[in-house]
Amino acid sequence: MTSSHERRDNLIMREIKYAEALREALAEEMRRDERVFVFGEDVALGYAFTVCKGLIDEFGPERVFDTPICEQTIIGTAVGAAMMGMRPVPEIQFCDLLPMCMDQICNQAAKLRYMSGGQVSFPLVIRSPGGKWGSFAAQHSQTLDAWFMQVPGLKVAVPATPYDAKGLLKTAIRDNNPVLFIERKLLYQIPGPVPIEEYLIPFGEARIHTEGRDVTIVAIGRMLSEALEAFKLLEKDGINATVLDPRTLIPLDKNAILESVKLTHRLVIVEEGPKTGGVGAEISAIIAEEALDYLDSPIRRVAALDTPIPFNKMLEDHILPDRYKIVHAVKDLMST
Amino acid sequence: MIKKEKMTKQRFIHFYRKLSMVRQFEEKVDELFRQGKIAGTVHTSVGQEAVAVGAGEALEEKDLVVATHRGHGHCLMRGAGLKPMMAELLGKGTGLCKGKGGSMHIVDVRRGMLGAMGIVGAGLPISVGVGWAIKRQKTGQVCACFFGDNASNGGPFHEALNVSALWKLPIVFICENNLYGLSVSVNKTSAVQDIAVRATGYGIPGVIADGMDVFAVHDVVKKAVDRARGGAGPSLVECKTYRFLGHSRGDPSYGPYRTKEEWESWKKRDPLILLRKRGNLTPEEVGKIEQEVSAELSEAVLFAEQSPNPEIGDVLDDIFA
Repeated sequence: MTSSHERRDNLIMREIKYAEALREALAEEMRRDERVFVFGEDVALGYAFTVCKGLIDEFGPERVFDTPICEQTIIGTAVGAAMMGMRPVPEIQFCDLLPMCMDQICNQAAKLRYMSGGQVSFPLVIRSPGGKWGSFAAQHSQTLDAWFMQVPGLKVAVPATPYDAKGLLKTAIRDNNPVLFIERKLLYQIPGPVPIEEYLIPFGEARIHTEGRDVTIVAIGRMLSEALEAFKLLEKDGINATVLDPRTLIPLDKNAILESVKLTHRLVIVEEGPKTGGVGAEISAIIAEEALDYLDSPIRRVAALDTPIPFNKMLEDHILPDRYKIVHAVKDLMST
Repeated sequence: MIKKEKMTKQRFIHFYRKLSMVRQFEEKVDELFRQGKIAGTVHTSVGQEAVAVGAGEALEEKDLVVATHRGHGHCLMRGAGLKPMMAELLGKGTGLCKGKGGSMHIVDVRRGMLGAMGIVGAGLPISVGVGWAIKRQKTGQVCACFFGDNASNGGPFHEALNVSALWKLPIVFICENNLYGLSVSVNKTSAVQDIAVRATGYGIPGVIADGMDVFAVHDVVKKAVDRARGGAGPSLVECKTYRFLGHSRGDPSYGPYRTKEEWESWKKRDPLILLRKRGNLTPEEVGKIEQEVSAELSEAVLFAEQSPNPEIGDVLDDIFA
């Protein structure tokens, strides 16, 4: 794997899990800036996904604390505290609960700066996991990334690896704007290389994981690992794919995608959320507007079916995208 | 209670000037709206001035306010300038919010006017964060959070009261019960008619004040402010009041959902009339104040009308810091 943007060769790497990488980012930023604090449901013990586990031991209950189950007020608290110069990092335990605090995220956090003519800023990061967890059914398995791309004033990050999770979260915490930081449940316990040294990853810079000339696969969140597996399967058949992860959806590294499509002339977009009105729809439209002439075949979107997530494992697997569906889409393109 | 020696003529005049300022500002806004000079919508607080003024006078300069869509009075009480306020309502580039907020979102953060919320109830959870930060930063400030009677029927009210009581935050929740949420009577929206009783469920004081009597509001709010500043946590103050104009654009004072008799009975308790009586203010004293306020306001209107529109090129500014 190569990276077009980060010089990682001279860093000392070790393998840690995605959840540990996030925890390191939180701890480092809390050490660096005492205005940073984390709170939410089950945060003191680090449930449900262990990210905040142990932070209370180092930072104490003033900076790591539980709230009642009241998502609207969790985010409202972050908005008010951010206005006062604090740097809140609330956790919403499942991204399916973001609709509970939609007003505070979309109407307040994202708009109060603009509506005030820039009198105040809102340095806050809302962490929340999306995607499949495995038979958690329709209210605990959703991928809602695309919803939040239509909220000017809000940044959206979707890290796919431990390395990106840590570097992007540190950047998010230092950003003076509201950031929705959407993690992935199935990635939390997946290890990956992360430098021992401190590093930051800028928003709006895609990461190119593989460079191939036949097709560009844009993959978001957990779909990156599926796309990389698809890459291996395709390679066996002599198809060389570029696998690109935008890493942040707002801002979106549109140039990286455009440049890649201009080289490969084919595009597949993979996301875990429903196809209609999804991230892939936006990226497809950008390519249609700005690089249509470069395409040798139609764009393909590999996404979830437009259905609530079913409980039954067989049904759930059926509606969600995976490596085989990506391979199928790519081969379909190559034959046109 | 306010001590007798404090109730000087000077004090009555001070309060009257503030009431008159909000009253005349709101009446001018209504006039400009009807003339088409203010676009969109406006929610005026004519009749409710004693709440903004009484509470505003109970706060210190360093204190903070989170208000509502009917927030011109609160903004004025924080000391926002008449000129930038009027310019904002006219959508001008010289406005407090550079013409990007308007009536429903008019704020002056530097003066502690943190929010005028276009979404009913949204300010309550935000005040929790403000209160939390005050407590953590140990600044000795207090946050006054205003909202209407109908906001107390929604989830954010209950969430915010619970958690701020739990964490003993320095907040005073001030309910402006003007008896109507939009066009609907509080009789038809709320299971209790005294919003203050809802404080009981959260183990905090819930007090009713006569919202037409500026000193009554002041005294009750001052007590709650002192309590909050002393670290004893939040209180809920309910001010019984009435808006003399409609809810918003084009809504008549009475007719479709309020009777003329009801409206007239509240008009008899106009906060300015009550204060004139109580302070024994002479027609000369009243006339002088009102003229001074009117002159200041005229200057502000002139400033706003002559101000340029915002630059088109600035439309993308202030989205991100």
